[in-house]
Amino acid sequence: MSLNVLGSLATATGGGYESPTTADFYQPLLNDGPFAITRPAVVMMLSVGLIAWWLIATTKRAAIIPSKGQWVTEGIYGFIRNGVARDIIGSKDFLRFVPLLFSMFVLILVNNLFGVIPPVQFPTMSRIGFPIALTAVVYVVYHFIGIRRVGPRVYFKSLVPAGLPGWIVPFIFFLEVITFFVTRPLTLALRLFGNMFAGHMLLLLFITGGEFMVIHGGFGLKIAGAGSFALAFVLTIFEALIEFLQAYIFTLLAATYIAGSLADEH
Amino acid sequence: MQGNIAILGYGLSAIGPGVGIGLIFAAYINGVARQPEARGMLQSIAILGFALAEALAIFGLVLAFVFK
Repeated sequence: MSLNVLGSLATATGGGYESPTTADFYQPLLNDGPFAITRPAVVMMLSVGLIAWWLIATTKRAAIIPSKGQWVTEGIYGFIRNGVARDIIGSKDFLRFVPLLFSMFVLILVNNLFGVIPPVQFPTMSRIGFPIALTAVVYVVYHFIGIRRVGPRVYFKSLVPAGLPGWIVPFIFFLEVITFFVTRPLTLALRLFGNMFAGHMLLLLFITGGEFMVIHGGFGLKIAGAGSFALAFVLTIFEALIEFLQAYIFTLLAATYIAGSLADEH
Repeated sequence: MQGNIAILGYGLSAIGPGVGIGLIFAAYINGVARQPEARGMLQSIAILGFALAEALAIFGLVLAFVFK
């Protein structure tokens, strides 16, 4: 995982270019080891405080003619309530899940956007632990409501669609169990993690690479370095889009899984 | 030339999802062009399909770093 063209150029001019690695994402601020207070943990706490403050401040004196802040909050809430929860889960019992989906969306959105907002600039979800924790909540919720609704026997039985020939049932059952218990949570966590990680890695590469080329390169490389910076700007805007999209996708998939557990086949 | 061959694996794993995501959004654009009022409904379906198709590329990316 090294940028070898740059690397060999750098060794020619003395001093090497260190391409960003996975190790760059582990940034302990206090202590080290399993109980370290790391940068993503601080960002996460900051985001929770910020969200709590924002939501309380904008809804404490809710008025019929909303203030700007209340308008934004209501817009996001309405988007999750109507656009995700009601459309996916169905109008019968979506209200129970709106708080969960709304808090997940807002938490992921703010944490993701911190990846490009200058003073913070660290996407919390690029550390796999955070997406895993969120996914664990979704995982427990959708299995729990499914099993509580029909009992464990029917729940497992209903994984296989009715009317299949007998010999194929064990295979389908096996595949469905893998899907429900392994693939779904795995992809849910990895999707969020992978997008944030890869996006931030890309920004890191373009910015540090551009810096290195501008400072240490010859005339041609200085121009290439400027191009690299320009691309970093474009990618930052693209990242902001991806970050919003990933928060939406996570919420959408969580709602889909919950809807699947509530559907009549189960 | 030196480097990590796992990244090549990621490149290979990105082909399928790339084609798949292209097809999904092509179908979405087609649908919206034919029936603009169905946009809202098609959008969430398209994004859902996009998220599911993308999974394989994400696996590739993560495994490229795992098996290095």
